[in-house]
Amino acid sequence: MDINLSINGKLHAVQVQEDMPLLWVIRDIIGLTGTKFGCGVSQCGACSVLIDGKLTKSCGIPVSDAIEKDIFTIEGNSENLEFLRQAWTDGNVPQCGYCQSGQLIAATSLLDLIEKPTDKDIDEAMSANICRCGTYTRIKKGIHTAVKLKNETK
Amino acid sequence: MSTIQKIDRRDFVKLFGLASGGIILGCSVAADSKDFIPSAHITGFNPNLFIHLQKNGNIILIASRSEMGQGIRTSLASAIAEELEADWQYISVEQAIGHEKYGNQNTDGSRSVRTRLEPMRKMGATAKMMLITVAAKKWNIATTACKAANHFVINTITNEQIFFGDLAADAAKLPIPKEKNIQLKKVKDFKFIGKNLKSIDLKDFTHGTATYGIDVRIPNMKFAAITRCPVTFGTVKTFNKDKAGKVAGVEAIFEMPRLLPPTGKFFGMLGGVAVIANNTWAAFQGKIALNIEWNKGVNENFDSEEFKKTLTKRVQKIGKLVPGIRGNVNTAFDASAKTIEATYHVPFLAHAPMEVPNATAWFKGDKIEVWAPVQDPQTARSELAHFFEIPIENITVNVTFLGGGFGRKSKSDFVVEAVAISKKINAPVQVVWTREDDIQNSFYHATSAQYLKGSLDRQGKVTGWLQRVGFPSIVSSFKPLSEYGSGFELNQGFTNNPYAIENFRLENVKAEANLRIGWMRSVVHIHSAFGINSFVDELAFAAQKDPVQFHLDLLGKDRIIEGKSKFPFNSKRFKNVLTTTAKTANWGEKLPKGHGLGIAVHYSFYSYIATVVEVSVLDKKVKVENIWTTIDCGLALNKDNIKNQLEGAAIFGMSLALYGKISAKEGAITQNNFYDYQMTRMKDAPKIHINIVDAMHEPPTGVGEPGVPVIAPAICNAIFNATGERVRSLPLSELGMV
Ligand code: FES
Ligand code: FES
Repeated sequence: MDINLSINGKLHAVQVQEDMPLLWVIRDIIGLTGTKFGCGVSQCGACSVLIDGKLTKSCGIPVSDAIEKDIFTIEGNSENLEFLRQAWTDGNVPQCGYCQSGQLIAATSLLDLIEKPTDKDIDEAMSANICRCGTYTRIKKGIHTAVKLKNETK
Repeated sequence: MSTIQKIDRRDFVKLFGLASGGIILGCSVAADSKDFIPSAHITGFNPNLFIHLQKNGNIILIASRSEMGQGIRTSLASAIAEELEADWQYISVEQAIGHEKYGNQNTDGSRSVRTRLEPMRKMGATAKMMLITVAAKKWNIATTACKAANHFVINTITNEQIFFGDLAADAAKLPIPKEKNIQLKKVKDFKFIGKNLKSIDLKDFTHGTATYGIDVRIPNMKFAAITRCPVTFGTVKTFNKDKAGKVAGVEAIFEMPRLLPPTGKFFGMLGGVAVIANNTWAAFQGKIALNIEWNKGVNENFDSEEFKKTLTKRVQKIGKLVPGIRGNVNTAFDASAKTIEATYHVPFLAHAPMEVPNATAWFKGDKIEVWAPVQDPQTARSELAHFFEIPIENITVNVTFLGGGFGRKSKSDFVVEAVAISKKINAPVQVVWTREDDIQNSFYHATSAQYLKGSLDRQGKVTGWLQRVGFPSIVSSFKPLSEYGSGFELNQGFTNNPYAIENFRLENVKAEANLRIGWMRSVVHIHSAFGINSFVDELAFAAQKDPVQFHLDLLGKDRIIEGKSKFPFNSKRFKNVLTTTAKTANWGEKLPKGHGLGIAVHYSFYSYIATVVEVSVLDKKVKVENIWTTIDCGLALNKDNIKNQLEGAAIFGMSLALYGKISAKEGAITQNNFYDYQMTRMKDAPKIHINIVDAMHEPPTGVGEPGVPVIAPAICNAIFNATGERVRSLPLSELGMV
């Protein structure tokens, strides 16, 4: 069917099966490859996007559920994401980098919800995202750094 | 040693198709002997490291190693920048395609920095000398009155300066300075080496713009998924494609033969049924809708639990003697005050890199082009030449970023699959493995059983040590029916045991392979370190001694053991990491109730490493609270990267200790995805403290792998310290402890 999707503020008209998971529409049909495939069963968070601001595993929802909603991916820009990118850079967080799109989106969602998350908040919010390279220590620190950077610019 | 040469501009353009101008230096590094797979044979001067200083000042380094998160692109660039006195922002790295002109590109064995640091530095120093020579001539002063700094050559008399780029064209006309005239910087003057450098790929990693294999897009490409037999080496008997053919987007379905590699080489491919579609999802759906009957073949009855029992039985009985015997263990056991015995297990494991195996291929009749996340592009290339009978020079393997490798992506079966499909459908295609495929059709880290027996005299000194190990060999993937450990496997912590024990005996028992076996990050060291460190802890307890002191006593007099490599084992460095880690972890201090500390120390990939783990145990559930690791890896090229690697290794080691288990029933793997093959997550992650020994005057040694083997034994020893309960069989999840 014909579907209109709004991704990072841009409209995309696509023709796809309505039950195709949003992940594959974004990657294979629209061609935005920053959102990653890791498991396909909502277990790893590599495919994380925001839909109307809500953290969502794009492998786990049919594209039809995203119609007329705002989809936000790693290719997008937001204030919190920018601070997180800076913090990720300062802390040299990524190793292979593959999971980091998902990690950054999940962290953006966390900062959107909680201005100054504690370690425990981070443990809870970020445990849906696997990093096989094991960069958790740096991700945690990165989130704290982003909060600091944000406060400094205020 | 490697020689540096100037590369003719036209040759360079021919080699790389890069527009050029300025200085191009090439250097050929002797291919280091790969442990088992023969690598491409290279004759004559075949430069395999390149730097290119352009007229605009840009310096391009051609990286011949795959980047899979270990930071090699950044590490190599820093060596050039150091000696050239370059400004970091002008340096970029291009990924080399798979070609024998780059020497051995196989990225494993933690060897990239070990083999390339010095040539890289020399090339930087050579280029600097050439730039200085040109500038000195311009100013009409001696070269000694010039110095290079921050991308400029400076006239130390007048303080005038000239930009590197403006000197490049003239410098290119100079002959290469003699090697004996090249001076490398002193350690104390280092600006990049041994410092904390950030990955040069951060921008792409944080914007989703790094191209991994799975992100490659070619116009008109198709997507493919393959169902392979759940039982290793089973083949298709019949299949029904009616339902799969009706899945929207599916365009073709056909059988793939098994490609059997010739003995001693390559990986081939498993075969199965391929579904070709116009997007990945449709291919996956088509796969689910297939109805296949299999000839399950010889591995049909394989049961990993039964195999564990078999191996356990075998290691209780005398096995094949492994060279290195000292004294007589039986006499020692008879004469001892006490003997201790224990049997340890580690299950099969899968690498599960976050990016699943995948490859994009375009078979164009007389040429093949591939884009893939491969650790070993040359083997992939030779393998393609062999199976598709295309001259090797007509095969290009473009190496993308790797979303993790851990050894899985040095086996290029997934590349062969993509090419086979492209050939059949006459179009570019991307083969993507599902996570289930990855977990169920991998090259597994071998399961193992080991039996240890040791004896103590009245003073608690170890007088005898018998270790018997059985594990399916990696060699079985190249030479079927290899049933004993090969030399390179046994030399991973087992035969090169550094302890000074008078009566010492090693044996190896038979272990057949019923799954494809392959190397995984730190390989056989995983079970060697687990067995040895657990057993030393048991002996220490029996001797009523402190485990740290016990390890030190076992090492005996300080000594250097010369091996075949140019990295002799130095027991002082081994002791140093042990005591340093113990100190940073406050070893010996009182702990909160329910907490325990455990230590493990191991030598691998020529690096010395010791880890202390603190666990807390509440209602039988284990939580890892802290991990302290000290590494001595010689010259530490990029400290922050080493730290990152070791933090990651701690998490990788935790995953295998806590959850790692692949099992098989009726020949088929019973795990599916991350819900039943679990990984360490943020909530399990402990505080990790990394300490790098200052050994800047020693040659650099491995970093990517050595951090892994010490974790599991340190955790289990900590559990014993906290509870008195000894874990001898991994993982903890099987014991209800997580
Ligand atoms: S790919 Fe969606 S959660 Fe793993
Ligand atoms: S950085 Fe490699 S999986 Fe997270």
